[in-house]
Amino acid sequence: MKDLESIKQQIEAGVAGAQVSLVPNDSPANQPSLLVDAAHGLAVATFLRDEAELRFDYCSNVTGVDWMETEQKTKVKQVFDGEEKEVEQVVKMPGYLEAVYHLYSMELRHGPLVIRLRTKNRTDEVELPSLTPVWRSCEFQEREIYDLYGIVFAGHPDLRRILMWDEFKDHPMRKDYVEPDDYEYEPTPHDEVLAKSKAHYPAEVKP
Amino acid sequence: MSTEALAEPPKNYEVRPKSSGQFEDDMGELLEVSMGPHHPSTHGVFRMDVVLDGERVVKLKPVFGYLHRNHEKIGEGASYLASMPYTDRLDYFCSMTNNWAYALSVEKLAGLQVPERAEYIRVITAELTRLVNHTCLMGFLVQDMGALGTPLMYAFREREKILDLFESLSGARMMCNYMRFGGCRCDLPTGWLEQAQKVVDEYPRFLDEYERLLMGNEILMARSQNVGVLPKELAVSAGITGPMLRASGVNYDIRKVDKYGIYDRFTFRVPLGDHGDVYDRLMVRLLEMRESLGILQQALKSIPDGPVVDPRAKLRGFKPKAGEAYGRIEAPKGELGFYLISDGSPNPYRYRVRPPSFVNLTVLEDMCLGHTVADVVIILGSVDIVLGEVDR
Amino acid sequence: MLGEGILKGMVETARNFAGSYVSKDRLTTVEYPEERIAPKENARQFPFLVFDGNDPMAGLRCVACQICEKECPPKCIYIEKSKDKKPDFVGKMQFYPATFDIDVSVCMSCQICVEVCPFDAIKMDQEYELSNDDRFGGLLLNKTRLAKSNEYYGKMHPQEAGAIDESRLKTKEAAEAKVKADAEAKVKAAAEAKAKEAQPPTAPPNKGA
Ligand code: SF4
Ligand code: SF4
Repeated sequence: MKDLESIKQQIEAGVAGAQVSLVPNDSPANQPSLLVDAAHGLAVATFLRDEAELRFDYCSNVTGVDWMETEQKTKVKQVFDGEEKEVEQVVKMPGYLEAVYHLYSMELRHGPLVIRLRTKNRTDEVELPSLTPVWRSCEFQEREIYDLYGIVFAGHPDLRRILMWDEFKDHPMRKDYVEPDDYEYEPTPHDEVLAKSKAHYPAEVKP
Repeated sequence: MSTEALAEPPKNYEVRPKSSGQFEDDMGELLEVSMGPHHPSTHGVFRMDVVLDGERVVKLKPVFGYLHRNHEKIGEGASYLASMPYTDRLDYFCSMTNNWAYALSVEKLAGLQVPERAEYIRVITAELTRLVNHTCLMGFLVQDMGALGTPLMYAFREREKILDLFESLSGARMMCNYMRFGGCRCDLPTGWLEQAQKVVDEYPRFLDEYERLLMGNEILMARSQNVGVLPKELAVSAGITGPMLRASGVNYDIRKVDKYGIYDRFTFRVPLGDHGDVYDRLMVRLLEMRESLGILQQALKSIPDGPVVDPRAKLRGFKPKAGEAYGRIEAPKGELGFYLISDGSPNPYRYRVRPPSFVNLTVLEDMCLGHTVADVVIILGSVDIVLGEVDR
Repeated sequence: MLGEGILKGMVETARNFAGSYVSKDRLTTVEYPEERIAPKENARQFPFLVFDGNDPMAGLRCVACQICEKECPPKCIYIEKSKDKKPDFVGKMQFYPATFDIDVSVCMSCQICVEVCPFDAIKMDQEYELSNDDRFGGLLLNKTRLAKSNEYYGKMHPQEAGAIDESRLKTKEAAEAKVKADAEAKVKAAAEAKAKEAQPPTAPPNKGA
């Protein structure tokens, strides 16, 4: 497989207006990825599949990742009344949801190419283009991301919950998901669970 | 047909029974049936919403999640080591390959080396697992076709011998929890290789028997040939892997493509099907078992002595550097991958399982349309799903 | 010929049926509970605590370090550290578990507690007939029910237990030797000090110069 930098250039040449950037990966696995802007996601995916040199015809793994808001503390020098002072500034990095696609080529037998799409935030602007029209294998996996992370895939043919039941409200894989307090009595020896279970146990048979 | 047309999912979401008053054409009275979740042929708690026109299927939507326990969330809350026994419970027929896939991903993430002997042990246990899985699947599948009991019991009898091997190696028959990051938990017990050699030597006899018992059977052929055909292009686009993909004629075996572990040292062939129907899927699995036996013979002969675990691998307080890794292996059911993101803490930030049977279910509807209910049962059987893995 | 395949299959079935009377290979099951298969050496069911000597509570090897509690995947171990300490096998003062519970209805027999324990205090048992009519109390094993002797463990895993015993013996001997050496050194030091006292005090070395 060609290196990521040249694939990036190829995409930028092939898809007009696409913004692609490299996401480094420091682990020994050495699998850096390409961040594609959501607006051109579908076009880039189609390009990756059809381009004769790349031919990523097989989308193996599709998954979501939840990145919470982070706070970055930086020290900046500011001038107060002619005096220079160091002030700590807290920069809030907005959180976002991410869809990660692992692409391989069955024809040319190379891979993996990792592409990522990011939503604008975690709350209301959570729409991403669905890549199901390009690779059928995204159909169930995107439904799963929708179910567990709450990313809405525009253009998905059948976007319903898949693992949780239809009436379920929250998205359980998000990092700030709070599990409902509906324990049945289970006398596990562990404190927190025991405390929860005691609270739900009928008074007359309390252990 | 063009790739595009095949890659489109069937557009029948609006198909409803006539009685609902939405549908007005000459399709006749449609009947909506919920097959499952407590149906013996669904291989677990799995449901299919089927709309029937007479006996023909016009719509089929799989419904699952009954076994959903949010395995991935548990994995994010547990340390790297503590997730290992949970992977056993994904595809509970193949705990050894699940262990391997997870260990492989963590090794990629942390940059651990696996000693020679451990690699051999991994190959041996993984191929034995493939034998177990395919043997049982064939039993289940012909059971779905109506061969009640006999072939399944023969399959279980052979499986028992391999499970005995697993038990004397790892302590448990099915939930082995045997592999560790950078190797295996313990060395082979004395006499294990001889025992394994004996089982491997005797296995072809069983396969011959099984072939005589089933493969020429006219009823089986009539039931399975030209049923549930999966075209090549659709198989690739839908990310189908494993024997199901190869039965459709696509030559893609991760053991050959990635050459993970030490698979490049063994000679084996990749059986391919021509038609992509249920019979081909059955046959490909049978042939694959013979190839597995070949690999086992080579591995058992050439296994070296040495340590079984990388000395740099820590059991307690294991913290890989921040980064991410995706590792995949050819599990008996298809590509099993683990995608891990580490943020430098003892727990993974993201722990994702790419389950083969979940993705393989994508095309269930495409394969079933136009067939009868009785065919749906065997088409589902030939996909080879395990609900522990589909629902996670 | 149509039906040939079916006939062939029938012949195979008949061969297996007859064979199951003569060949052990074709009949792998036994009539439990009248007949039992001896457990494999590596077989594991649920953990137990090893104790040395005759008194289960005094001889527990566990020092309540709570590593296993932290590492247990389904969190089915519950340990409370003791307030006081008692001497362990080398005579060092150590904590002991005031409470040690394992909920075997939750335990998944994964053996991770055994692997992470640095003191060889917890091992896997092979007892599998644990059926009980008390779902809650009967499967929550406490310290007394968990404690099993080192001899019991040795019977299950002669080699492993032997190796552990040996290394423990060595540590003990080393510790004893150290204690002895320390004592001797102390005696010697005391004697020297005495000898020093007996000697007339010498002038302190001149530092400032
Ligand atoms: S059993 Fe072992 S790991 Fe667990 S508390 Fe006791 S000494 Fe520590
Ligand atoms: S065997 Fe596993 S589940 Fe059971 S107590 Fe030990 S660590 Fe926990």
